[in-house]
Amino acid sequence: MQVYRTASHERSRLSEAAQPKGERITATGRIEIDFERCKACELCVPACPKDCIGMGAAVNRQGYASAVFERPDDCTGCAICAETCPDACILVWR
Amino acid sequence: MSAPGKVGFSKAVYTRPRSLVDVKSHFCPGCHHGTIHKIVAECIDRYGLREKTIGVACVGCSVFLYDYIDVDVVESPHGRAPAVATGVKRAQPDKFVFTYQGDGDLAAIGTSEIIHAANRGENLSVIFVNNTTYGMTGGQMAPTTMLGQKTSTTPYGRDFRGDGYPIRMAELLAGLEGTAYSARVAVSTPAQIRKAKESVRKAFEMQIGGMGFSIVEFLSTCPTNWGMKPLDAQKRVLGEMSEYFPPGVFKERKQADFA
Ligand SMILES: Cc1ncc(C[n+]2csc(CCOP(=O)(O)OP(=O)(O)O)c2C)c(N)n1
Ligand code: SF4
Ligand code: SF4
Ligand code: SF4
Ligand SMILES: [Mg+2]
Repeated sequence: MQVYRTASHERSRLSEAAQPKGERITATGRIEIDFERCKACELCVPACPKDCIGMGAAVNRQGYASAVFERPDDCTGCAICAETCPDACILVWR
Repeated sequence: MSAPGKVGFSKAVYTRPRSLVDVKSHFCPGCHHGTIHKIVAECIDRYGLREKTIGVACVGCSVFLYDYIDVDVVESPHGRAPAVATGVKRAQPDKFVFTYQGDGDLAAIGTSEIIHAANRGENLSVIFVNNTTYGMTGGQMAPTTMLGQKTSTTPYGRDFRGDGYPIRMAELLAGLEGTAYSARVAVSTPAQIRKAKESVRKAFEMQIGGMGFSIVEFLSTCPTNWGMKPLDAQKRVLGEMSEYFPPGVFKERKQADFA
């Protein structure tokens, strides 16, 4: 049986799309974007080789519309997004 | 994918470097100062240097280095970081000492300090952030400003007749005998970020091995003062900036001069 697991990180809010839905896991990695820390610079978006990240609509307390983990099924856990983020907002698991 | 019973995604493959304080930075969105701080913190962690590092901060947007990197930091007057670092390293040679300086700081007001620290072969490491402008004070021309670049003090674009030419510090310092390592890197692509880390590691190893002065020049962005979106600012680094300031290693000493 395939099991979903959401790694807990107190400051993180996973995007809607990233929430477990009970389908089969196709991803080999998972990221969390720190919603409050993100400055919406968009550098992580083209950096992801799997196009997993998009820009969201919800605005954080800094006033930025944070990036979201939109397509988690394709994530490989390569951590390129995390290396790219100037604000170290992204955590990665495999 | 996961074997029965094995739950996926439990192995953390990227976490915040231990030496990077877990606070929000004041840097503008997409500013490469953040990326460069992260790289420095990772390299401090890699060599287990956190407890024995003394950083020397400059004046400029990176003035709050002491708030972000979890090591002891001395704040130096504008441009004087290499002189302050010289004193720190000579007084406490067992400590790991690095400076973190902008281009206005290192290549304008502190030209004398950097050249003589390198020429004396001071055993310290310099992180030099070239964003072709005085970021903190509102984008005035720096010696590194590109020809034609409009800044608040060159509103018609930098003209060599009167403003001179952009200065290539990594090459210039590589020409000095005391310099053990001099390289220029960028952080505008994931591959460049990996290379940049290698260079900072090399620079740190030079100091650890007592080889002398080491410097890594970073081609960095200042989206705010360039009036560009962060992604466009990265394109500028990959384009005209890299053409004039080619990334590369300009000097790498193989053997310690001071044993
Ligand atoms: C002695 C002195 N002169 C001038 C200033 C004003 N000043 C503050 S930051 C700065 C420029 C910093 O530019 P740079 O070193 O390129 O750093 P950046 O902000 O671009 O990272 C200047 C001129 C000062 N603080 N002290
Ligand atoms: S870990 Fe790799 S695949 Fe996953 S979101 Fe980040 S860059 Fe994309
Ligand atoms: S790189 Fe970091 S700060 Fe920029 S949009 Fe992505 S998560 Fe947000
Ligand atoms: S002004 Fe420029 S260098 Fe300073 S934090 Fe903003 S983008 Fe970075
Ligand atoms: Mg500058």
